[in-house]
Amino acid sequence: VTFDPLKIRKEFPLLRPDRDGRRIIYLDNAATAQVPEAVLAAVAHHERSSRANVHRGVYRLAEAATRAYENARDVIAGYVNAATREEIVFTSGATASLNLVAHSLGETLQAGDEVLISELEHHSNIVPWQLLRDRRGITLKALPATPDGRIDLDALDRLVNRNTKLIAVTHVSNVTGAVTDVARVVAAARSVGARVLLDGAQAAPHGPLDVQDLDVDFYALTGHKMYGPNGIGVLWARREILETMPPFLGGGEMIRSVTIAQTEFAPPPARFEAGTPPIANAVGLAAAAIWIEDKDTDEAHAHLDRLTGRLLDGLAVLGNRGVRVVGPLDTQGRYATASFDIEGVHPHDVCQLLDARNLCLRGGHHCAQPLMEAMGVTGTSRASLAFYSSDEDIDLLLNGIEDVARKFGSAGK
Amino acid sequence: MSGDLYQDRLLELAAAATGAGRLEDPDVTVRLDNPMCGDRITLDVKLADGKVAEVAHETRACLLCQAAASVIGAHAIGLDAAHLAEIRAGVEALLRDGESETLAWHDLDAFAPVHGHPSRYSCVLLPLDALAQAFEEIGAS
Repeated sequence: VTFDPLKIRKEFPLLRPDRDGRRIIYLDNAATAQVPEAVLAAVAHHERSSRANVHRGVYRLAEAATRAYENARDVIAGYVNAATREEIVFTSGATASLNLVAHSLGETLQAGDEVLISELEHHSNIVPWQLLRDRRGITLKALPATPDGRIDLDALDRLVNRNTKLIAVTHVSNVTGAVTDVARVVAAARSVGARVLLDGAQAAPHGPLDVQDLDVDFYALTGHKMYGPNGIGVLWARREILETMPPFLGGGEMIRSVTIAQTEFAPPPARFEAGTPPIANAVGLAAAAIWIEDKDTDEAHAHLDRLTGRLLDGLAVLGNRGVRVVGPLDTQGRYATASFDIEGVHPHDVCQLLDARNLCLRGGHHCAQPLMEAMGVTGTSRASLAFYSSDEDIDLLLNGIEDVARKFGSAGK
Repeated sequence: MSGDLYQDRLLELAAAATGAGRLEDPDVTVRLDNPMCGDRITLDVKLADGKVAEVAHETRACLLCQAAASVIGAHAIGLDAAHLAEIRAGVEALLRDGESETLAWHDLDAFAPVHGHPSRYSCVLLPLDALAQAFEEIGAS
């Protein structure tokens, strides 16, 4: 076995035990993953040796900065298997990527056109479309959630029609870990000539992607969930689509020429990168992608599947203490994120009490209030794993959950 | 240390759920959410001469919010908007500084351990803010 989570964990300064041997058990990776030394070093090296603005300066330092930034684009193009490097637009994060599409592609939509999302979406893939609806008069529809926290793709037949211009759904749920059957979404979209956008914030940390194989049109991801810096994200889109899209933000870098009367815009990706980009963060994101690619992701996935199974089995045993999984009950078609509820204990209290055991989990609605509504809960507690998660982490979590349920839960009382 | 938060007094306040329920014919009903965590309080208020005459709350929230709602249920009768603002300022000082000399009600001491947890301040303040909004809505009407 070449995949060793304990060896990997040693690469993360924040996860190392303190002098007293205490360590944090970090299980909030769906919100933000930790950063390995390789990424920290890449960012620091860039800032120390190549810091300058990009694309304009002719001096050697500026050339070095431009090279580093554009090299990051090449790395990310490889990570997602883009057809060309020009399909990679750097943004400030997945939210910015989604807003970019909602504004830019949105400008080409008319009243009566339909955008289809789902009840599983993060607010960042709901609100931009609501804003677009209010600006342009489009119709916004949503695929419902299944009782086990997946997108109900059986509803595609009912909700997709010739007015549907875009289906924008999550690749992996940030709440339940459910993986979307992308092929079904794409087939439904293609049947009416609609485009497909995937919110890949939760999927991208899992390992290299193949957007061509997924056969989608847009893919949004963010750096800070894939062991990279925050403040950097990516929009991948098919080149031929990007070329037809109007700019979103205006400013420097995105122009070919400007007069007081008008502007001729640069071709993609520059057209969508107004202003000085997050250069060092792009370098850090590339380092994170390389760091992930360097792992045996098949083994990593097997490891995370096994840990998820261990967690789900443990939660099932705690059913007698009022613990209930919110989402799929097994490891099929899901990534290493699991939400749960303890009867009679608010998720905020669950997570605060677990923090006393150095367990870092997120509690609440996870920016997915429509899903909470659909699942009949006000919030959940969520454990989300990463490459450095271990069997011991799961066991410490299960012990903590049992203790909280015993002391504060209402089951059996 | 997070475990310090959940001291007996706070748990007792939450368990007491004083004022839990709904009023039959409130002058105003306020529903307030905590956007951070989805805590929700629905507060029914009846006023007389600008003061709280009756109050009831339905609280779907964490222990801290439940305990704060319980304090409102126990002590809000006779409160006017100006006095509420003073009490809220006192609670804010308690959360910010860990102590406050201007706490109107002894029960509010129970929230002192929240001082070290800024992410939870809004949980404690939600019921107070709901009551403040009730005064505002009645004033506006």
